[in-house]
This record gives sequence, structure tokens and C-alpha cells, in this order.
Amino acid sequence: MRAVSELQGSHAAGRLRLPAHAIAGLAGTSFKHEHLPAILAEATKGGFFEVHAENYMGAGGQPHHALKKIRRDYPISLHGVAMSIGGPQSLNQNHLERFRTLVDRFEPALVSEHLAWSTHETTYFNDLLPLPYTEATLRRVSEHIDEVQQAIRQPILLENPSTYVVFRESTMGETDFIRGLAQRTGCGLLLDINNVFVSATNHGYSALDYLSDFPIEHVGEIHLAGHAEQVDDEGDRLLIDSHDGPVADAVWKLFDIVLSRSGPIPTLVEWDSNIPDWPVLKAEAEAAQDILNRHATPFISGKVHARR
Amino acid sequence: MHVVERIGRHGGGSQSFAAAFFSGLLDPQSETPAAVTGPNKKAAVRRYNVYRNNVTVSLIDALAAIFPATQRITGVEFFRAMARFHVRATPPTSPLLFEYGRDFPGFIERYEYAQSVPWLADVARIERAWLDAYHAADMETLEPRALASTPPERLSDVRFVPHPAVRIVCSEFPAVSIFAANRSEGPMDPIEAVAAEDALITRPGLEVVIRHLPPAGAIFLARLVSGETLGQAAAAAFEASTSFDLPANIAGMIEAGAFMEIDSGDPR
Repeated sequence: MRAVSELQGSHAAGRLRLPAHAIAGLAGTSFKHEHLPAILAEATKGGFFEVHAENYMGAGGQPHHALKKIRRDYPISLHGVAMSIGGPQSLNQNHLERFRTLVDRFEPALVSEHLAWSTHETTYFNDLLPLPYTEATLRRVSEHIDEVQQAIRQPILLENPSTYVVFRESTMGETDFIRGLAQRTGCGLLLDINNVFVSATNHGYSALDYLSDFPIEHVGEIHLAGHAEQVDDEGDRLLIDSHDGPVADAVWKLFDIVLSRSGPIPTLVEWDSNIPDWPVLKAEAEAAQDILNRHATPFISGKVHARR
Repeated sequence: MHVVERIGRHGGGSQSFAAAFFSGLLDPQSETPAAVTGPNKKAAVRRYNVYRNNVTVSLIDALAAIFPATQRITGVEFFRAMARFHVRATPPTSPLLFEYGRDFPGFIERYEYAQSVPWLADVARIERAWLDAYHAADMETLEPRALASTPPERLSDVRFVPHPAVRIVCSEFPAVSIFAANRSEGPMDPIEAVAAEDALITRPGLEVVIRHLPPAGAIFLARLVSGETLGQAAAAAFEASTSFDLPANIAGMIEAGAFMEIDSGDPR
């Protein structure tokens, strides 16, 4: 496995053709095209935007045009949803090449993917599907992360999943699995606190315990999002990671607790369906920024975050 | 146009968990995979159904996003029922959802319950072509005066390089008028057209443009796109329709941005 410092070094040596906006300590939102005019009309350019990489993998047209405009004024985070890193089969080389091209083209401040799979044989399921946590899958997923990082010449952040089932064959906990991936590949982590809350509720464990076990020193980005509620077979609460509403109070509280331990980390409010008008989404990001700012002071002269 | 994905070799690790998990995702009749469970010996039927639902609903949503006029014609309930059949029979083979739905117009044409709306498949074909044009590469289009420097006696030998966005959809129905009336969300004007309409889809800048082609215009353009000469394409068009207007069609195709440049004849 290649050392992460080497990957970072080669990235730093590359030429930078776009403005190098800093992302440290900032809150951002998902970028939705319907918000573009409102975003361009903003008097002050603050925060950052995250985009799903796959939406920009067409040859040209409006998506690229819009993202170019955004990238001129803001740092962006490139968030892949379809690499199928968590699956047993080899990565789709066409997709990897498209991903590499996007990283090259838009020089994102952050690049991330999911601990999940979405393709089996030739079928793309368009969902983030779960995997068992075993020595065999740890080895396989590490190979995939390594392959992506080699292709894009920089480390990625890997996102913890929201899950609804467990695999009988799992032999380790999720936080141990994720720590193992970070140690083996040098990848960073994207801590999705809504996913932690959803999974903890669904599997009946404590979100705080999970967060205490989570290798926070590797976290380069945080996600916050809204969730929906159903019931399981026993009539107990089953939370669905739906990204279709405001961030829940419990998730805001957990965010505050995480930051009190880590200091500020770039934080994204995800909102992917039932998308509100720009001012509503912007207000969610501002709420996150307020909490980030509140935790900034004690860390200014002391601990510098490991990754950003 | 279909993107063929290169699928890598299967890894040395066990395929079993994914194989066990995926089998029921698009099959509502199949049992919950035995490989999964709820926590603390809880059942996993509803839990697994969350994934089933995510997969099916998100893919139906993807089709609804690609085919909004088709959905407006059928109504949401009819469309989603139709799309559900298609999603289960023909799930995507590319992780790029904007490539999905190429087989959907053909499915609509054969769909038992859509037989009373025979133009529906053609409207869907225009919508699928619209999305191809939307994502096509950014390329210049032919200059208005591009042919001015060609000597008249050489004109019939000229070939053109098609713009990557150009698509042609032929219909026996007034598909362009029906598409246009149903594509936006505003109040709908009554559709007066009854004649067959062929569509030309282009994207000279960032905006996709749909034009209704004049008689034999589709044959003329399709021949040019396939690389035939202006003379050959015009002859085919005159054969199809005696009212074919060559100067108007040439002016129209240049204005629409159907072509990038005159083919110099150099190997590309």
C-alpha cells in the first residue's frame, strides 16, 4: 500500500489552474442547479458546495458550465456515489477514468466516496448497499480504495454508511472496519453524523458510543442531513436516510459533541430530494457554520486538524 | 450511442454476499436473503424492503426525470406503474443514470396498457434524445456562410461532420407538438396538429432545441449525418417528397446547428 504522504506530495506538485479556495472550518451545502441564479447573486461568497460526481460525467453542456461557475468562486467537494468500492467485484475502469478526469478538471478541495456497493455484475442498482465486515471484505475494500487513490493521485475520504440490516457473517464492528481501512490505505474519512444516528437507532446501539469509537483523527469532512421514519418488523422505529428534510435536533447535538472533541471540520448539509428554495438550504448551512465557529476558538493556536 | 461499460474481472474475494443480497432487489416475490438479519435476532423483512424500495423507487424517479412529458400525458400513477415493470425487467447497466431509459420508448410501444396512446413512444424518443443532446460535448456549429466558399460545381460532393448533440426522431404522429405541449408545467394549449411530425434535436449552445422538420427533411438530414454527400442526401429527399425544398433545408440545418463543419475528406 502506498503511503498517503506520497500521494499528497504528488498532488501538491501538480499544476493548479483554478483558484485554491481554502475549505478549512467551512460549512457547505449540496449544489443543486435550480439554485444557481440565487447562488451567483450572493453578495458574499462563503462556504463550499458538494456535487455528486456522476452528474458531471456527461461530455459537456449545462452541468459542466454551472459547476465551472461555482468552482470559480467556491471550493468544491466531489462526492462519488457509484464507484461500488464496497463490492466484491473489480472496479469499473471506465468509471474510475471518468472520476479521475473530473478530479483533474475541477480540482476539488475534497474528494469522497462511500463504504457501500451499487453494481453487481452488469446491473447498477442506484443505491448504497451494505457489506459484511470481515477480514476478506476489509482486504478487498482496501484494494479498491488503493486503486482509486492511485488513479486520482490523492487520498479520498470514505463515508460511513447508514444501514438497515446486518450480515450474519460479519466478524467485526463498523468502527473497527473503518479504522482498518484508514490504517491500511491512508484514506481519510467522511463522518456522516446522520448516518451514525440512523444506523444506531436501527441497530439499537448508542450513537455516542459509536462516535467515541470512531477514528476521529482521520475525519476530513462531516455530513449532516435529514432522515425519515418507518417501523421495522417488530414495530420499532426504523430510520431511513432520506436527505429530504432539515437536519434533526438529535443530529445537531451529536455534531456539537463531535466538534467539541475534534475542533472545526468542513461540514456539509446534504439535501437531495424535496429540495427547498435556496434561502432555506443556506440557513441550514449557516446553522452549521455557527456551531463550527463556536468550536474554532480553542483550536486556533493549539491542535491543527490532521487532514485539512 | 449506448455506452458499453467495461466490467473488470471478479476479485479473488468471495462474491457470495453481493450475490445473495442483490437477487431480491428487483424481484418482489423473492424471500429476504438468509445472509442478512436484524440486530439482536430481529427479523429483516421490512429492513431488506428498505433497500428494495430505494432501488425501485429511485429508478422510477430517474425515468420520471428523463421522461416528464411522457409522464404528464399518462398521469403519474400510470407512468409509475409502467416504469416499475420496465425497471424490474431492464435495470440500468451504467452508473450514469442519464444514460438510462434507452429501451424505455420501445417498452412503451409494446406495453399492453399504452396501446390507446400510440404516439407515447415517439414522445419518449424525443425526450431521450433531448437528454443526449443536453449532455453532449460542447462543440462549435457550422458557420452560416460555410458553404459560400465552395464552388457551385463542388456543392453536391460536400459532406458534413455531425454535431455530437444532433438527433432525429421520425414519427407517424404529431409527436413534436405533443411533446412541446406537455414538456412544460404551465397550462396546456389544445394541440391542433394531426399530421406526422419528424423532430430534429440540436444543442448549438447550452440550450437544447427541438424543431419540427419539413417534408423529407428527416431523410435528408439522416443521410448527411450518416456521411453521405449533399447530392446523395438531396436525391434521397426528392425521391421521398416532390415538395422537398433543398435551399430551405440547407439553411434550416445550418441555423439549427446540426453540423460542426464541412468534412474536409481527411481521415478523422
